[in-house]
Amino acid sequence: MHTFEFVRPPDSAAAVATAARAKTAQQGADARFIAGGTTLLDLMKLNVETPARLIDINRLALDKIEPTPEGGLTIGATVRNSDLAHHPAVQRDYAALSEAILAGASAQLRNMATTAGNLLQRTRCMYFRDTAMPCNKREPGTGCPAITGSNRTLAVLGTSEQCIATNPSDMCVAMAALEATIHVQGPKGNRAIPIGDFHLLPGSTPDRETVLEPGDLITHVTLPPPVAGSRQLYLKLRDRASYEFALASAAVVMTVAGGKVTRARIALGGVGTKPWRSPEAEAALVGQTANATNFRNAAEAAMRGAKPRSENAFKIELAKRCLAHALQTAATS
Amino acid sequence: MPDDPPSGPPKPTRRTFLLTTGTSAAAAVVAACAPGHPKTTPGQSAAPAGPAEGPSVEGAVPITLRINGKDHALRVDPRTTLLDCIRETVALTGTKKGCDHGQCGACTVHVNGRRVNSCLSLALMHDGEEITTIEGLGTPDALHPMQAAFVAFDGYQCGYCTSGQIMSAVALLKEPCGPDDAAVKELMSGNICRCGAYPNIVAAVQQVRKNA
Repeated sequence: MHTFEFVRPPDSAAAVATAARAKTAQQGADARFIAGGTTLLDLMKLNVETPARLIDINRLALDKIEPTPEGGLTIGATVRNSDLAHHPAVQRDYAALSEAILAGASAQLRNMATTAGNLLQRTRCMYFRDTAMPCNKREPGTGCPAITGSNRTLAVLGTSEQCIATNPSDMCVAMAALEATIHVQGPKGNRAIPIGDFHLLPGSTPDRETVLEPGDLITHVTLPPPVAGSRQLYLKLRDRASYEFALASAAVVMTVAGGKVTRARIALGGVGTKPWRSPEAEAALVGQTANATNFRNAAEAAMRGAKPRSENAFKIELAKRCLAHALQTAATS
Repeated sequence: MPDDPPSGPPKPTRRTFLLTTGTSAAAAVVAACAPGHPKTTPGQSAAPAGPAEGPSVEGAVPITLRINGKDHALRVDPRTTLLDCIRETVALTGTKKGCDHGQCGACTVHVNGRRVNSCLSLALMHDGEEITTIEGLGTPDALHPMQAAFVAFDGYQCGYCTSGQIMSAVALLKEPCGPDDAAVKELMSGNICRCGAYPNIVAAVQQVRKNA
């Protein structure tokens, strides 16, 4: 691991000011906020991340879960994933979020990992994690061996010819279906970013994964008020029953009235280069009778743009069945 | 007891022998590499004269960790993980290093009563916090009920993952967990056992939960 300076700022303004001196907030950042450390220290040990300065935000009092005046929920940046998943209001009103978090990592890691850290979780692509290999995300312009190489677990949606790395988060998938907003304090003030706009597609700049700029500190996430009568579910399919990343997953927030789907929010995990909200699936479903045929049609719509590579074509059918099953289960729950 | 040692000076165990020779070797290396550092002879500690434990390292940061109820004033290189600090600086070697990337659970300890992977955390992030390791659970004469259950149910083979398994299992007792074996397996999935002692580990955990 490279040496670094460890800083513990007294407040979030000082944290922002310290980080604002960095050249980038993306891959290769020379300053990094550290909270749980479960992604960052892992990558620092691999020399994938080599920040010269670590800014500890654990003692900035960003660890509260509170109701918003509108009836939604505010989730602090350093709320531990386990505390978020077990919070009574989350279990009651945002069950898909609780289920998604508990489907990810291990109990120990969930005790460490935080809301903001999970939003910034990095891909598990083996080429990204191995500095002996080319990788356009880690070192722009070096190429992507995954496209013709070991890509069984990699993405089929939102890919480019430069990068097919999967976003590994479960939490973000549920937050996409729940239409979360990410709140950032930056050198130029505060701003609110809908989660759908937060992560970037790889395109020709896979080293840029989010819209964050130097100094931008995620302070909290808000969830809109729960939709009365909605049914929620997170379904995750993986190579082993626990402690494994998704091959395909689906977060569903659906309202059914008189046998018809009146509202649907659908997001997929394990198959996209970012947490994959699917307006195509939602449009295919709303107004339709809640039955297996229409659920399958919605799943077909979600995966219509999927691009398979040498080893991961199976994920397209897997994701369709995952979503159809999630919709069926939610509808009959 | 037939195993009572004969009277006289205590015999070194394998562990105390390794710890002593390891410290001597480290002392010799430090003395050789650090110009101006006071010369040490084998068997002497290379620790600085001050109250802090740990070798003298450029850029080291003073921290205090409360480990198993005892305060340790330490000086650590900022890169030192909590795991390496516990094992190498404080010399509590019951906590094991497996993968060093948060994938195996061998390094599981409790921080402020919650289980974490000590390999994915920096020691200085825990300045002033309360750490519990396997050495803080019980003693050979008074095992923690979970330690006793692992013995009774043979919840190990080689034993390398065992301290992490037991630290996880003890933390699990205070976490939301359904009554059936499947719930225990899910919450113990962050601890990998290369020998495959899983059925016996689950049985041990369930026995302790039943008696709790």
